[in-house]
Amino acid sequence: MTHTYDISHFLAGLMLVSSFALIYQDRILAVLQTFAIQAIVLSVAVAWEAWVQDRPHLFITAGLALGLKGLVIPYALRRMIFRLGVHRDVEQVVGVGFAMLCGLGLTALSLILVLKSTASAPSIAREGLAIALAVILLGILVMITRRNAVTQIIGFMSIENGLILGATGARGMPLVVEISVAFSVLIALFVFAVFVFRIRERFDTVDVEALDEVRGDRR
Amino acid sequence: MPDALLMLLGQGVQMLLVLTIAPAITGLVRLTKARLMRRQGPPLLQAYRDLVKLVHKESVVAESASWLFRVAPYMVFALTWVAAALIPTFAAGLMFNWAADAIALVAILGAARATLALAGMDVGTSFGGLGSSREMMIATLAEPAMLLVVLTLSVTAGSTRLPEVASFFLNQPLAVRISLALALIALIIVAMAENARIPVDNPATHLELTMVHEAMVLEYSGRHLAMVEAAAQLRLVAYIALIACLFVPFGMAPAGAGPVAWLLGLVSFLAKMVAGAMMLGIWEVAIAKMRVFRVPEFLGIAFIFAFLAILLTFLTKELIG
Repeated sequence: MTHTYDISHFLAGLMLVSSFALIYQDRILAVLQTFAIQAIVLSVAVAWEAWVQDRPHLFITAGLALGLKGLVIPYALRRMIFRLGVHRDVEQVVGVGFAMLCGLGLTALSLILVLKSTASAPSIAREGLAIALAVILLGILVMITRRNAVTQIIGFMSIENGLILGATGARGMPLVVEISVAFSVLIALFVFAVFVFRIRERFDTVDVEALDEVRGDRR
Repeated sequence: MPDALLMLLGQGVQMLLVLTIAPAITGLVRLTKARLMRRQGPPLLQAYRDLVKLVHKESVVAESASWLFRVAPYMVFALTWVAAALIPTFAAGLMFNWAADAIALVAILGAARATLALAGMDVGTSFGGLGSSREMMIATLAEPAMLLVVLTLSVTAGSTRLPEVASFFLNQPLAVRISLALALIALIIVAMAENARIPVDNPATHLELTMVHEAMVLEYSGRHLAMVEAAAQLRLVAYIALIACLFVPFGMAPAGAGPVAWLLGLVSFLAKMVAGAMMLGIWEVAIAKMRVFRVPEFLGIAFIFAFLAILLTFLTKELIG
């Protein structure tokens, strides 16, 4: 029992660490690599849960995570980055230190929140939920602290990693839902890609700060 | 032999042990680096010879130096020696084990560093002040991370006293624990920063733009410099011993064991020290020094890892008790 817990705890912890790495990295290709690593860790975590909980359909989820988010999406984003010519970009909106501290606060918040509100649930589900919520919030933080549209997409995808992690810990997410979520993420990628290229056509940059002018935020 | 006497003897052995192996460990790091760079490198005894040479040399003191400048090397040496002698190395349950508290240890090492920083500013040269200010910048970032690591281990083991933490982990079955892995990484980063090792500071250089520790002790010579150098070597031993005691306590003699178990502990301790020194050498060859202004980011990683470690420890405690 403790060993199975230890290993799922270890993998979930690695997810959390890779989320922090996403915030920390400031080179766009490094962010992409970190995202791919996170997806691979996610697929290992899901496969481990499938093995210990004896729920074979989770293996399909793990395979989807590995194939789509570990390989296909990073490859597509990589091509996109090179076509946009932003692969050498270094970006920073708020300082790394401040973003990391915010991330720590969010992590602590989600742990406390989940532990307080799910006292009656089994411990594996609580563990998964607590870390999944942290990963989701950190993904949102990535989206907030980035200005480049491509890294914002990566932040969005990492939110979805958190969702899958939470869903594997909790019993009850049917396979149909998981598959449709996975494919809607893929569709989202296409939509994002079209948008990013449109933004670039219109403004000659993928820096979303250029949009502020249209919105009337900039004086 | 009565028990108390045996414990006292053990403590004495440990005090002499850390003092005698300290120059050899620093020498081993240098030798490893030199061999990896395909240089011959100084022999292991060179560090001892350097110390002897420095003790016999005349000590030059600046005219503007106060008493602090003269006293500081001895204080730093004494404080570091106490710290190194308190950390359980080859056996738990020695005479002064009750004093080997992790928080006290951080405080002792912090006191040594503060003393050296004061001495660096004492003469009033620009180098000393620069070195002191950088050293304190590194310290303010490294110490919170170190305290968080200590907190993680104490929460896991239920005690802040190092011998108890070590024997707790010694009696645990092997398990995968990510909080401990994160704490280990954080502690290693802190140890590299505190010992002025390569990504943070380069101990082998006198290039004014980059040096931290060397800038601070630039005014020292003769026996004062010997004390400062010996203290730096002892600090390296203390940190490697601390990491070994907390994360790989295997082979350490438990409290109340006799001299035979001590001998076994001694062999394993020396093996751990040699392994630690060689790994440090390999690491230093493999990596480039960072700009001083990137050091806060590097130490920030230690802080983040230590904080995550304590959050995950908290989660585990909450879930499976």
